[in-house]
Amino acid sequence: MQRMKTNKNFKSNLITYGIVIVAFAIAQTLQSTGNLSSLMKGLLVPICVYVILAVSLNLVVGISGELSLGHAGFMCVGAFFSAFFSKCMVDVIPISGLRFFFAVLVGAAGAAVFGVLIGIPVLRLRGDYLAIVTLAFGEIIKNVINVFYIGRDSNGFHFSMKDQFSLGMEPDGVMLLSGPQGITGITRDSSFLAGVILILITLFIVLNLIDSRDGRAIKSIRDNRIAAESIGINITKYKLMAFTVSAALAGMAGALYSHNLATLQASKFNFNTSILALVFVVLGGIGNIRGSVIAAVVLTALPELLRGLADYRMLIYAIVLIVMMLFNWAPKALEWRERYLGRIFRKSAKEGK
Amino acid sequence: MSLLSYLINGISLGSVYAIIALGYTMVYGIAKMLNFAHGDVIMVGGYAALTMMLSLNANPLIAVLVAIVVCTVLGITIEAIAYRPLRQAASPLAVLITAIGVSYLLQNIVLLIFGSSPKSFQSVVLVPDLKLAEGALMISGETIVTIISCIVIMIALTTFINKTKAGQAMLAVSEDKGAAQLMGINVNGTIALTFAIGSGLAAIAGVLLCSSYPSLSPYTGSMPGIKAFVAAVFGGIGSIPGAMIGGILLGIIEILGKAYISAQLADAIVFAVLIVVLLVKPTGLLGKKIQEKV
Repeated sequence: MQRMKTNKNFKSNLITYGIVIVAFAIAQTLQSTGNLSSLMKGLLVPICVYVILAVSLNLVVGISGELSLGHAGFMCVGAFFSAFFSKCMVDVIPISGLRFFFAVLVGAAGAAVFGVLIGIPVLRLRGDYLAIVTLAFGEIIKNVINVFYIGRDSNGFHFSMKDQFSLGMEPDGVMLLSGPQGITGITRDSSFLAGVILILITLFIVLNLIDSRDGRAIKSIRDNRIAAESIGINITKYKLMAFTVSAALAGMAGALYSHNLATLQASKFNFNTSILALVFVVLGGIGNIRGSVIAAVVLTALPELLRGLADYRMLIYAIVLIVMMLFNWAPKALEWRERYLGRIFRKSAKEGK
Repeated sequence: MSLLSYLINGISLGSVYAIIALGYTMVYGIAKMLNFAHGDVIMVGGYAALTMMLSLNANPLIAVLVAIVVCTVLGITIEAIAYRPLRQAASPLAVLITAIGVSYLLQNIVLLIFGSSPKSFQSVVLVPDLKLAEGALMISGETIVTIISCIVIMIALTTFINKTKAGQAMLAVSEDKGAAQLMGINVNGTIALTFAIGSGLAAIAGVLLCSSYPSLSPYTGSMPGIKAFVAAVFGGIGSIPGAMIGGILLGIIEILGKAYISAQLADAIVFAVLIVVLLVKPTGLLGKKIQEKV
């Protein structure tokens, strides 16, 4: 029985990897034959970013069962750490790919550290209180980065929380981080290929974690905290594990994001970005990793595909979101689907629960 | 003297947060959902009042009344169409995401009708400014009206909930929906009533907010919405006096933080205080401790 289930999981995981690789191949073919509009080309890397973000958030929301509303905060940390690293190292490591590799590691590590720091106090709370505190941390991270000024000259690093001039730099000084203006002139090291590789790494980590002993412990805490505790599962440890891994992966998404932009500003990582990631997770199916991937791709591309509708596109996006939620989650709609759409949807409706 | 004037400004801003937070907390208490569209109802209220005053030249008081009616109807409609079908959904997150969808929808409808450029709001307050201590301390009419309305709303709401049948029904439904239904309470009607009251309060808050900070755009509601949500959690979500205290404390902390520490970090300070409070008292200042049964 156990082996059968493992085999089934393994197959299902392979399908998920397969979908990503096939999608990559199709996008590459379209791109090389010139069938991809410039708008869509510009979206390829952001789509990868949001896929990683959605999968990582699903680890917290779906597998660990805690609502996090501050995921953009970890992405922000990853983006700034990695971009800062790249800016400092641009002369030391001349090879773009290698530099990006280290930048991603730095971004993920930075976000993981914040994940632990925030996780330890926060995971004591439950439910909506946990949600609001993660929201608060997301906003704090954004606000705090906005007041940092860091520059470098021949004497070394200078740091200030007031403005550029109070750094007192030599004339040869370079601004690395300038408050609300953020980091400018980041090398564009990320590419679609790098994005897809990062997606595969994310999927590998998350899918393996879910199926592992640790993952089962995490899921048991989600399903019944007290029962899990009574059989000797260390609640704090496993919750923190899920939270930290998720933060690190979000940091990776941030690194990919920042190296796709010339200018990085903290204000981009606001509450709406966290909510966007949550929308992907819920629409794709809570706890369903493949669903998150698909939802993130479709919903990131949707506003651009609707661009022809000009001003109405966000309106239609909102309506589509509401209708899809009602259709997927309302008990009456599920009943209706069961009755009229019969077998085709029966399986997915059950999985949705 | 400047400290005193900051304090009064803080209480005024906090009163607005408190009125919004009341809506949040009532809806949460009864429907157990975070209504993220609440902030946007505030914005709709602001636009409704503005349209009445600008295009129909209505008396400010009538404009406020119209805004309340518009928001109440809006609140009931949203609840009936978007939230009620999901009440029995398998995951509480479903209705949260729908609320976010409603929030986007309201923002974009207003964006299409009124455009994205901020409109200057004309104050609805007719009370003259109050000058104390030979002009050293000035309290604006808006501040006075905001604080007084907050107190009046608080008293009216407490009386309504404790003394009327409909209010008692609300308490019963928030305690236990099934049992309330068995006692002959119309659960759907009671929840709709809660949304109606919350949205009506949001309209008042919107008008007061725009009178003090006279700029109105389709995104005006979102930040006060989040802050009020924080205020509701701060005081203990589901608790009405808690929302009041949370809102006012939040307003004071924000204004003092802006004045004495850093304007840019004011929001961060507000959120940091929230985190500290929740770590010490995990269910907010006046929140009930949740008993867990095995």
